[in-house]
Amino acid sequence: MPDSDTTNATGAATPATADGRKRLVSGPGLLLVWLYGVMVVGAVSRSAFQISTEFDRAPLAYALSAVAALAYAFITYSLVRGGETARKAALICCAAELAGVLAVGTWTLVRPESFPDTTVWSQFGMGYLFIPVILPITGMLWLRKRGEAATR
Amino acid sequence: MLDALTVAIGVAALALAAWCGHAAWRDQPTKDWHFIGMAVVTVLVLAQLVIGLVKLAQGEKPDEGTVIFVAYLVGAFAAVPAAGMLSLTERTKWGSITVAAGAVVLAVLEVRLYDIWGTAGA
Repeated sequence: MPDSDTTNATGAATPATADGRKRLVSGPGLLLVWLYGVMVVGAVSRSAFQISTEFDRAPLAYALSAVAALAYAFITYSLVRGGETARKAALICCAAELAGVLAVGTWTLVRPESFPDTTVWSQFGMGYLFIPVILPITGMLWLRKRGEAATR
Repeated sequence: MLDALTVAIGVAALALAAWCGHAAWRDQPTKDWHFIGMAVVTVLVLAQLVIGLVKLAQGEKPDEGTVIFVAYLVGAFAAVPAAGMLSLTERTKWGSITVAAGAVVLAVLEVRLYDIWGTAGA
């Protein structure tokens, strides 16, 4: 990208970490890892609080929130770690995450009586500004782009 | 007092987001002035954290519960410094965008904090 008054080495070729793994946290990847980090904190603290205090009220909703939290934590870890294996694992998890958001989002609309309380993925993540449905799509686009950069 | 501070931080966070968004639009990384802006916002949030804890110690009860209130106070305190540190590792416009996103997250947290504290005390 054109840069006027800054020295900028990233964005060129394929930046690698100190131990040679391909960096996934550079350029757009930084924004991605930040948003995933926010979702980890949000989903983990929310589900931990709900499961520890009032699990009986809405066990299904709270269990699904916990699953979402695990998915976010794993993808964040993969992005930070970097490397080809982590990239593929994160790609698969992003696809699973998108499937989860779409399934749970539809489920909460079709059968709202199953959900006395909301999950992170209710109504396709409306309570979280739809970030849960946007994030896996942008995540997959970014991870695929990094994969192409490696083979070139 | 707490409500006024919450509104002030929300506005300051949106201003920071616009400022860093502008830097990103001009294809620039975060600079010293941006970090001073982040520091100002962080000091405000730290004051909110202290005042919130003092109010709890004085026996006031947030509408939606003490645990959630404290969790959001801590989360709001961490948001901007965390994004700022990330932007130090990425000296491109993407660092600026990340700080802008962090400031937007803070603004959302402040709206939630306003609701969580509720009418317990002005």
